[in-house]
Amino acid sequence: MNILRALFQTTLGRKYLMAGSGLILFGFVVGHMVGNLQIFLGPAVLNRYAHFLQSLGELLWVVRLVLLAMVGLHIGAAILLTLENRRARPLAYEGGGAYGASLASRTMIYTGLIIAAFVVYHLLHFTVRAPVDLTPHDLATMKTTLDGKEVHDVYRMVVVGFQQPLVAAFYIVAVSLLSFHLGHGVAAMFQSLGLRNRAWNPAIQRFGQVASWALAIGYVSIPLAVWLGLVK
Amino acid sequence: MKVRLKIWRQPNAAAPGRFETYDTPDLNPNMSFLEMLDVVNEDLTARGQEPVAFDHDCREGICGTCSLVINGKPHGPHRGVATCQTYMRSFKDGDTIVVEPFRARPFPVIKDLIVSRKAFDKIMQAGGFISVRTGAAPDANSLPVPKPAADEAMDAAACIGCGACVAACKNASAMLFVSAKVSQFALLPQGQPERERRVLRMVQAMDEAGFGACTVTGSCEAVCPKNISLDFIARLNREYARALLKGG
Ligand code: HEM
Ligand code: FES
Repeated sequence: MNILRALFQTTLGRKYLMAGSGLILFGFVVGHMVGNLQIFLGPAVLNRYAHFLQSLGELLWVVRLVLLAMVGLHIGAAILLTLENRRARPLAYEGGGAYGASLASRTMIYTGLIIAAFVVYHLLHFTVRAPVDLTPHDLATMKTTLDGKEVHDVYRMVVVGFQQPLVAAFYIVAVSLLSFHLGHGVAAMFQSLGLRNRAWNPAIQRFGQVASWALAIGYVSIPLAVWLGLVK
Repeated sequence: MKVRLKIWRQPNAAAPGRFETYDTPDLNPNMSFLEMLDVVNEDLTARGQEPVAFDHDCREGICGTCSLVINGKPHGPHRGVATCQTYMRSFKDGDTIVVEPFRARPFPVIKDLIVSRKAFDKIMQAGGFISVRTGAAPDANSLPVPKPAADEAMDAAACIGCGACVAACKNASAMLFVSAKVSQFALLPQGQPERERRVLRMVQAMDEAGFGACTVTGSCEAVCPKNISLDFIARLNREYARALLKGG
């Protein structure tokens, strides 16, 4: 059978797409968190890192387009699969149901859609630097000098943004839901890619839990530190 | 003991169904769930009412014919036990028990608690077999099979094809069933000649029947009367990818 057709048209193929795109997005959110945590090393370090990323030029666009394609595949497959799955199961049970299924596994589409909404907001906020952070500051003109050059003051953008309780709250809710999504998603990804057996399953389950908690703690620590005045 | 049953009644596939409530006659707690339904049916017949239609055959947990969703769980309260091996002592005197048919679009209700599981037969016809010349029985052990592979194939072959996995799954996915059938053959030398064709065709038949995809919720494994493991679904994902890469 034609591989591409199988990937896009069969239930198993669509799950390969789901899991493959999920894997790349998971890699991205881990890397993004590690990058962001440099905020604890002070303005110079974070601004130098941000300037390094922005100076990648075409390469930055390659990365952006790949990530965008992965988001498109992931959301497209998620919506198709969810609709098909609902069609396959038109009636609920009177006596309860979803026996043995975790809350995270039953709510993947909802946690996913909220994450998608947050990603749009987040890009508008820090990448487009649109005035969406409820402050009178203009992020686009927030500059500082680094090694004699004028660069974006990413450090101050973050501090100013997270000093707004609503902005920080949305961020905390979104990354918590991402962690919840991955609490089910990471182990499921191994399963969908066929990378699981009796011997490895316990380690895979533990890795999924540890990774999703580590992401939640890492990401939430930043707005918390701004609130507590540890980063200012 | 006596219980109150809230049972799905539906005269045929086309007619709408609804729940009816029945109070059972006095029951022996050591009756099986199906024997309890037999008693209820005798009582209904004696009163000139239509008995409740339900599927059953061996009544010893090996044929996969019994079904029923009991209080929201296919095959009733226990893990690794079919409805026919569930006993009334697992319930309390005076309990209300909700009894419904398996719910899935590929499993339409035929009557009351009986659903058609023909979709499973179609999947089996698509590839759930090996093609061999029959004849005199070969010598024992003439075909070497590693012990771990034999054990795992046996675990997969324990699937009785009842469809509880589909009934439990929020997506009405047949992945656990198909994965058991594919694995059982993929693990053994006799299954090798048709290995790729089998998995491609069985998955195609599964999709055509309208079963959903796997979200890895684990409901199927939790209700399976034969404790078929989710590990087989990972194996199915592997087998399917392998077959696609080999070009079928
Ligand atoms: C950075 C963001 C995201 C990451 C890292 C991520 C990661 C994952 C992973 C690893 C899986 C498991 C794949 C599998 O079951 O094999 C998954 C499943 C899923 N994701 Fe995401 N995801 C993200 C965003 C989203 C978004 C925006 C949606 C929006 C609709 C979404 C919807 C889903 C759904 C519905 C599933 C379950 C699919 C199913 O098995 O039925 N995810 N995700
Ligand atoms: S009647 Fe045969 S398994 Fe239950």
